[in-house]
Amino acid sequence: MSVTVNNQPRFQALALRRAIISHIGWIACGLGLLLVIGPLLDIVGVVAFNGISAFSLKLFTTTTNGTAGGLLNAIEGTLVISAGGMLIAVPIGVGAGIYLAEYGSNKLGNTIRFLSDVLTGTPSIVLGYFSYIVFVTTLGWDFSVLAAAITIAILIVPYLARITEIALRQVPNTMREAGFALGASEPAVVFKIVLPGATSGVVTGALLALAISVGETAPLIYTAGWSNYLWNGKLTNAPIGYLTYVIWTFIDQPDARSHALAFAAAFLVMLVVLAINIGVRLIIRRTKLT
Amino acid sequence: MKIRPFRLSLLGLSLFVPAALCAVVLFLIIYSGQAIVFNGLGFLSRITWNLGNLYSDPVTIKGIQVPLGANYGILVFIIGTLASSLIAILIAVPLSVGAAIFLAEAVPELERSRPRWMPPIRPALSMLVELVAVVPSVVFGLWGVAVLVPFIGKYLAPSGNGYGLLAASIVLALMITPIIATTLLDSLMQIGKENRESAFALGATHFEVVSKVMLPMVRTTLIGGIVLALGRALGETMAVLMVSGGAINILPTSVFSPVSTIASFIVSQLDSAESDPTNMAVRSLAEIALVLFLITLAVNATAKLLTSGALSVRNRK
Repeated sequence: MSVTVNNQPRFQALALRRAIISHIGWIACGLGLLLVIGPLLDIVGVVAFNGISAFSLKLFTTTTNGTAGGLLNAIEGTLVISAGGMLIAVPIGVGAGIYLAEYGSNKLGNTIRFLSDVLTGTPSIVLGYFSYIVFVTTLGWDFSVLAAAITIAILIVPYLARITEIALRQVPNTMREAGFALGASEPAVVFKIVLPGATSGVVTGALLALAISVGETAPLIYTAGWSNYLWNGKLTNAPIGYLTYVIWTFIDQPDARSHALAFAAAFLVMLVVLAINIGVRLIIRRTKLT
Repeated sequence: MKIRPFRLSLLGLSLFVPAALCAVVLFLIIYSGQAIVFNGLGFLSRITWNLGNLYSDPVTIKGIQVPLGANYGILVFIIGTLASSLIAILIAVPLSVGAAIFLAEAVPELERSRPRWMPPIRPALSMLVELVAVVPSVVFGLWGVAVLVPFIGKYLAPSGNGYGLLAASIVLALMITPIIATTLLDSLMQIGKENRESAFALGATHFEVVSKVMLPMVRTTLIGGIVLALGRALGETMAVLMVSGGAINILPTSVFSPVSTIASFIVSQLDSAESDPTNMAVRSLAEIALVLFLITLAVNATAKLLTSGALSVRNRK
């Protein structure tokens, strides 16, 4: 009994210290969360505020003139490059995803998966420089839509393959077996049973790839160049403008008008990317709940 | 064996992916071949990057035509890359660990007392954290130029110039936080109930349960996430290019010194490299790209080994 009495103050001090440390710990963790979320809200806020105040009808109807004018050429260029990249990447990426999900549980499949992961981790500027030395200089395409679209395609194809594979693997095997039992051929099972069952997953992958291609800059600097004019329809030997170029070059100009253009371009890009991502997440959540 | 045209055509499509990677590596090696011979190993340890005299007649060294006085060294950029990424990791790890712990453990406590009209907090907050990861890097750079650089210049930097190592590191830290935080959050949520409950039964406070029982359990995953984030930071181009000040031929002396990273240097050299008639500058840039590829490959492979659990103690039998 006496021992307990003697230890009482020490025990209380220890308990107090533990409680204080715990509280400090929780506060520190909460601060961490605030410091992660705070800057994001600030980024969205600053870009949205400055971007919207730079909006006008002229922005969407006129082309860039030096560092002034509108963004029509850049908007068109981003659409053309992204569409071109998706056109090349979607068949390859979805095809690779189908192969990996349906027949890729072997050494060859693992090798493809590994190399695809390596490609995902490759810095985009390395891909851009590769395209520069191969397409732009060696093949003589110069800065062009085709070089830019191929670079974007190389960049997004591993994402497409991975997301398609994950989506197809969630289709239960009993569905495939039921198809085969009815006498369906392999293509029929894949295209009429497995792919329709995984549509939302595949579309998700394509949308995320689109978001990546709209937001990329580094691989385009060495491949697309820049142009003040609308696209003339040529695939090679004609540079093309794009929105992210406006953001990083115009903000370095001294005058306020070019800053406004940079913010307007950043707001457009961010709007597209965030809208796609939030939309995709809401879709995923809804399909999970039902 | 039966030939299956359907499978073969799918295989053909999927072989495009590894083929693209091999083409990238192969062409970079072939194109930088002469530069590798000319620069030798000193490429990695020399400080000066000098295109040489582009207007005089090229000289021939080791059988290769180069501009007079050309000297290519990338130590400055290697140091800039490593320094900015490591400082970014130092900033990002405590932030993201705190954020992940708060999301995993404190938010459910708060949720318990949430009034009925409020939407659930955790999905919204974790979605916000994940959304940081998809903001394009050039938008981060724009925010850096418009908000962060003036702030550093006004309140922190003795020279009044905010562009430099610190700005680059902070922007990088913001970009990689969600990678570490979401990796950690996922693994914290997977810890079994019995581990937490036995710690509570021993009289541990909630924070002690988290810091002394749960965190040690997910250590390997956390390190894997950090290495993965490092791989992203090393290759990041636009945000760093816009806020780092772009140093050349000089090593950083403080966190406010201007720096260049390997990736940002490649972008900034496009115009000057194109004016070299011998093409040696373009070839040396290809060699830099190759070095960057090898560094990120090594880092990502390490991350993969760590997150796959191949190195974790529990699996070693």
